[in-house]
Amino acid sequence: MTREPFEAIVAEYGPMVLRVCRAVLGPADADDAWSETFLSAMQAYPDLRADSNIEAWLVTVAHRKAIDQWRGRTRRAIPMADLPDPAVSSSDAGVPGAQESELWDALKMLPPKQRQSVAYHFLGGLPYADVAAVLGGTADAARRAAADGVAALRKNPLVRMQQGDPR
Amino acid sequence: MMTTAPPGRDEDLFAPLLTDDSVAQRRLHARLAAAAAEAGILDVAYRTIDSPVGLLLLAATEKGLVRVAYATEGHDGVLGQLADRVSPRVLSAPARLDPAARELDEYFAGQRLAFDLPLDLQLAHGFRRTVLSHLPEIGYGRTATYAAIAAAAGSPGAVRAVGTACAKNPLPVVVPCHRVVRRDGGIGQYVGGSAAKQVLLDLEALTVS
Repeated sequence: MTREPFEAIVAEYGPMVLRVCRAVLGPADADDAWSETFLSAMQAYPDLRADSNIEAWLVTVAHRKAIDQWRGRTRRAIPMADLPDPAVSSSDAGVPGAQESELWDALKMLPPKQRQSVAYHFLGGLPYADVAAVLGGTADAARRAAADGVAALRKNPLVRMQQGDPR
Repeated sequence: MMTTAPPGRDEDLFAPLLTDDSVAQRRLHARLAAAAAEAGILDVAYRTIDSPVGLLLLAATEKGLVRVAYATEGHDGVLGQLADRVSPRVLSAPARLDPAARELDEYFAGQRLAFDLPLDLQLAHGFRRTVLSHLPEIGYGRTATYAAIAAAAGSPGAVRAVGTACAKNPLPVVVPCHRVVRRDGGIGQYVGGSAAKQVLLDLEALTVS
């Protein structure tokens, strides 16, 4: 069976998986999730079916790793683990990349389903049918969750500030 | 139909997040390579080195050096062959190749006469492998004819097959097929091109003299 070297998979999809991990878990925890995702993926790679949708497969693995991390956090019961980290936003304010950090913070405030739908569709590039396959439920439900997420982001003062409201 | 996007598209909201973070990618890639090696799933590690005969690709399994490839062989194609024939778990991971890179640097500097590296000869089978096993018997700075190697490999008539074995040597430079030359004094063909073969023979002659 012909299969690309795994290096090519990392090069092609690494940036996408990092965006997804950052969106779902926040930038601070994204590195661990990315690493676990690609280590698992590399483990399973030789057995992956030749006609597999690599993007959707990687997002599925990342999704499971994110859930593991949430569970780990809950078990460790870190106080206020789901609140945006003020250290991250304030230290980045006013420097290049601050726009990004405010968006990551705003994403963190979304309920999980909305955050996941937004992350997998807009940052992972998956069509809603594939998002639904990852999350369970229908494509319509994934589309609605993503639309609700986008609407909430647009209302978030962090995002409105950085968008600068053109009109 | 207008081709420009209407203002305020949902996608635009996320545009600041779509830039690639190459610093993070490099850091994460190095971390993955280390974790994969530790987990025993780094089936093929590779890196490239600069050399007087151009950019060389080095690849190693857990057993040892499995492939040295000249740029003229097409490094992407060689990595594809490794994925096919050894394992698709192929990753750029320099650490495993550090000893090979060091010994090759020493060789090209004229400071090393023989390689002391674990080799994985799984890409050569049968008679080709037998031929490769006899090549290190040709000492540094010396040459042997295709016919002499055929005789040493136990098949004096198989001169052409020796040529093929050398041309398909998965470990050129390290397994010294460049020391096999024609009976008429011509240097013969080489997997890295005859110019590269001449560079290696000149280097060894100069070091010995």
